[in-house]
Amino acid sequence: MTYQLENTQQGEKYNTIFSKVPAAERRKRNSRSRLRKRVLLGIYIVLLMLPLYWLLNMSLQTNSEILGSMTLWPQNLTFDNYIGIFTNPSWYMGYVNSIMYVVMNMIITMLVALPAAYAFSRYKFIGDKHLFFWLLTNLMAPPAVFLLPYFQLYYSVGLFDTHIAVAMAHCLFNIPLAIWILEGFMSSVPKEIDETAYIDGYSFPKFFVKIFIPMISSGIGVVLFFLFMFSWVELLLARTLTATDAQPIGMIMTRTSTASGIDWGTLAAAGMLTIVPGILVVYFVRNHIAKGFALGRT
Amino acid sequence: MNNKVYNNRAWLLVLPMLVLVAFSAIIPLMTVVNYSVQDVLGPNASFFTGTEWFRTMLNDSALQAAFGRQILFSLIILTIQIPLGIGIALLMPKKGWQASAVLILITLPLLIPWNVVGSIWQIFTRGDIGLMGWGLRELGINYNITRNAGDAWATIILMDVWHWTPLVAMLCYSGLRSIPEAYYQAARIDRASKWAVFRYIQLPKLTNVLVIAVLLRFMHSFMIYAEPFVLTGGGPGSSTTFLSQSLATMAIGQQDLGPSAAFSIIYFLVILLVSWVFYTTIMHLQKDKNSQGGA
Repeated sequence: MTYQLENTQQGEKYNTIFSKVPAAERRKRNSRSRLRKRVLLGIYIVLLMLPLYWLLNMSLQTNSEILGSMTLWPQNLTFDNYIGIFTNPSWYMGYVNSIMYVVMNMIITMLVALPAAYAFSRYKFIGDKHLFFWLLTNLMAPPAVFLLPYFQLYYSVGLFDTHIAVAMAHCLFNIPLAIWILEGFMSSVPKEIDETAYIDGYSFPKFFVKIFIPMISSGIGVVLFFLFMFSWVELLLARTLTATDAQPIGMIMTRTSTASGIDWGTLAAAGMLTIVPGILVVYFVRNHIAKGFALGRT
Repeated sequence: MNNKVYNNRAWLLVLPMLVLVAFSAIIPLMTVVNYSVQDVLGPNASFFTGTEWFRTMLNDSALQAAFGRQILFSLIILTIQIPLGIGIALLMPKKGWQASAVLILITLPLLIPWNVVGSIWQIFTRGDIGLMGWGLRELGINYNITRNAGDAWATIILMDVWHWTPLVAMLCYSGLRSIPEAYYQAARIDRASKWAVFRYIQLPKLTNVLVIAVLLRFMHSFMIYAEPFVLTGGGPGSSTTFLSQSLATMAIGQQDLGPSAAFSIIYFLVILLVSWVFYTTIMHLQKDKNSQGGA
């Protein structure tokens, strides 16, 4: 039961009736507390951005300037570091590789997690609780434990150094997470909706795609964000399962350190670029995240 | 929601997931178990050793030290990040473009590959070219993460707080958004204090997302690998070597298959145990609350 009073006016009325504090004073207090909130949040965001600012700062400088004197902003602005990355296939293919296996992982995970989460949220079946806990244990499995077996497994089935290998390996933690979150969202959809749809003559697949998925779209948005995030940033497995053809950008960045020293400018520029796809994903799902994570069980 | 139908055909819906997860979880785990009881000398030369590797690993003082550090690290991280995350979520604007902007800004650290996070902080804390190292030096603070273990710890904790508090804040923020306005109005009518609103409305409503946040944070902090590895290489000495790094060094670096497999299994069981305790306690707490509140 989630109804909302047409709130602000109503709330204001209650306040005027019940509060001893005069309205003008209350508004002043409110605006003061809001200001304090903004200032605190502002300080946090500034602190959060400092390392990133530094990265951006370095990415726009030449190496000699970076290593020379301490400057808070680039004195001789240069885009050479970025140009170098975009003109060199061995660099930009790293981003392409990363994006490819992340997208593959998102598709595979969604395809198997949606029906499974539906089963967990709607039905009791033999071993359901055990299965669910077992799934969560996979979320807890440290990738370091699986490094060697993974390498051998994917090597023996001929998938070593392919995008699909990394995408499958990341399923280990992404599928359980997706099922866990989706199950919460699905449980908050009343069962009567399923029943009504069947009475109206919908088949299960048609109901699932046409009615059910749109109803939990904000959940799907949140899950996609998490899938993207965890697959994009994971590197231990991705590094182990790839050599040259499918190497993720995070690994290619280690090439900046050579015998003649570290190419700080390129490293910083490449680091800045790893954030860009993430910003796009967050931008698209931001309203879903804000809309709610109610997770049904409240 | 306890009106689930008993239907074993639901297994059909779970099956594709099961096949896939089994491929990426069970087969490798079997390999690990297999190695843990053998001494592997070559591709076709190995012999059964029983529980010898387990005994060696449990008595290894370096691993015990790494384990202690790991527990300490996870506890510090959780006590800082969870309250801080809740606090930040409470500060965030509720709607409009500001809400979107803040949300995008605070999620930025989450979207950086983990070894890149290490590199960023390595640059950032360097005395000669990094803003933080430079700032500290200007303030007259002697700070060196490659020499001083205390500085290295402080940096790793700061880095982890920087990196992961946004996840807690984001989860809490969406939890807060799901509280109906009517609750706040009722509280206003009762003239509830801000603390009372937080304690009796916001915090209980956040339980669900906090379960996710605490579990995810615990698990990831327990598996931390790339960030400290890039930042300090586990040094100075072995003061910031955590479990995953010891394991990776042993398995990949030294190719000690038997011991590292035994270590993996012990490691896995510890994580499993702690997470299970976490999970069941939290679920029980939730159940109690639901039955009391009649929700």
